[in-house]
Amino acid sequence: MKGRMNGGGLRAYAVLYLLFLYAPIILLPLFAFNAGTIIAFPLKGFTTQWFQEMWGNPTLRRALTNSLTIAVSSSILATCLGIFAARASTRFAFPGKGPIMGFIMLPMVLPEIIVAMSLLVVLLGAGIELSILTVILGHVLMCTPYAIAVLTTAFSSLDKSLEEAAFDLGETRWGAFRLVILPLVMPGIISALLISFTISLDEFIIAFFLAGNEPTLPTYIFSQLRFPKAIPVIMALGTVLVALSIVLLALGEYFRRRGNARIGATGTGGLV
Amino acid sequence: MAASRRSEAVQGATLIAPPLLYSLLILAAPLLTLLFYSFFLLKTGYSDLEQGFTLENYRQLAVDPIFRAIMVRSLWVSGLVTLATVLLAFPVAYYLSFVVRPDRKALWLFLITIPFWTSYLIRVFLWKVIMEQNGVINSTLTGLGIIDEPVTMLRTVGAIVMTLAHAYAPFAILPIFVALEKIDRSLLEAGRDLGESRLMTFWRVTLPLAMPGVIAAVLIVFIPTVGDYVTPELIGGGRIPMVANFIQVQMLGLNNRPLGSAMSVSAMLAVAVIAGIFLLVNLRYLKVRQ
Repeated sequence: MKGRMNGGGLRAYAVLYLLFLYAPIILLPLFAFNAGTIIAFPLKGFTTQWFQEMWGNPTLRRALTNSLTIAVSSSILATCLGIFAARASTRFAFPGKGPIMGFIMLPMVLPEIIVAMSLLVVLLGAGIELSILTVILGHVLMCTPYAIAVLTTAFSSLDKSLEEAAFDLGETRWGAFRLVILPLVMPGIISALLISFTISLDEFIIAFFLAGNEPTLPTYIFSQLRFPKAIPVIMALGTVLVALSIVLLALGEYFRRRGNARIGATGTGGLV
Repeated sequence: MAASRRSEAVQGATLIAPPLLYSLLILAAPLLTLLFYSFFLLKTGYSDLEQGFTLENYRQLAVDPIFRAIMVRSLWVSGLVTLATVLLAFPVAYYLSFVVRPDRKALWLFLITIPFWTSYLIRVFLWKVIMEQNGVINSTLTGLGIIDEPVTMLRTVGAIVMTLAHAYAPFAILPIFVALEKIDRSLLEAGRDLGESRLMTFWRVTLPLAMPGVIAAVLIVFIPTVGDYVTPELIGGGRIPMVANFIQVQMLGLNNRPLGSAMSVSAMLAVAVIAGIFLLVNLRYLKVRQ
């Protein structure tokens, strides 16, 4: 009896906490479709004007192209590096494994400003011009740890004997990897790609300092925040971005679970 | 056997080489450059460095009351954020691990992580919109006649703490949840069979066993928030700068890269020392193997 009540109180708290987590995201579409130019209650009526203005804005389009280029390149590169690292750490023992993996995962906790500034100092010192290429360099570094986290779960639930069976049947090492392991971890790979893409698309600090004069979506948003007139359009853009992130993550989660089902695991969260 | 182990080491090393090289090149080399820069002085009026190794940058920072104040504020704000985030997150992690049905856990975790993956910048900005003088809270409260004058929420440390506690919530929930999931449920039954109350069982069995997760949560929230740039800028309105804002001004605004580097190194050192002390104090929890 006491246990039930205890659970009820906790449940109410957890639901309130979720509301707190979602409060800003719930407000976003409300103001994106609000006819008033001031972001405040009461709402003034429904409009899609801000979305139309958003679509007609050339700088914004350029930012979108840049962001997509950066996110696609970064997610592919980070996932490739992640595959190497996850395979190495789950299948093989090698000297210095703990420190090496810790070092590669470091960008997950390191303050981004430090990563951005140190890269900036090197790039400027070497006379390399800032562009979307330099942003990609930074984003790959930031995305790789997350890709590794997702891929490690996928690789670690692999049964070693499957691979050995492939060897016994005359496959080469590469053949066994391509024909046996790769299909089994494919959902993990797709999940890693989607998560890396989302991180890169939303990343601000590195893009802010390393992009030179090229806008990305977050840096464009940041530059507009000072102008009260621009806010409704930013709300519309934010709504699109958040919706896109949620769709990508839901897809990532779907693939991750399908991957778990395929190898018979019952894992919980993707980054857990 | 020894040969196969060696070949395994070689294969592992070959596989780890590409990501390791990338991290060495894009992370370690720049960090070392930052460290290197911090020991040089800028020639007055030029962008190149003066000759000779010096500790002058660090001496300047040590005696500069503004830098010290900003550093102390950053650490203080991060400490508050960490405390708020972990305290608020623990009951949620506990609920997820002990109350939620196993087949519902993945859904809850997914719901908790979604806001984290959506643009950080937009979330911070929305808190600004919520807390502004004519923002969501104030316009609602005055509209309902609850208050006459809008309440000032922005540009306060409290507002910064709340925004960051929101941003880092999943970072605290996930490690604590993992630690709680690992607890052998029979230990809790044993505690109660031996006559402990529910509360005492929590205090003497659950909490100590959950400590590795709590410690991970503390570090994973504390370390990045010290260097947060966006929240002091947007929520603090530039009036309550933290160390990241100061570094940015020094590096780009004033173009003094050596001093900016020394600031970055000092900030990292301060964070490392505090994290180290925190780990040492809690070492006994980490030694326990379940």
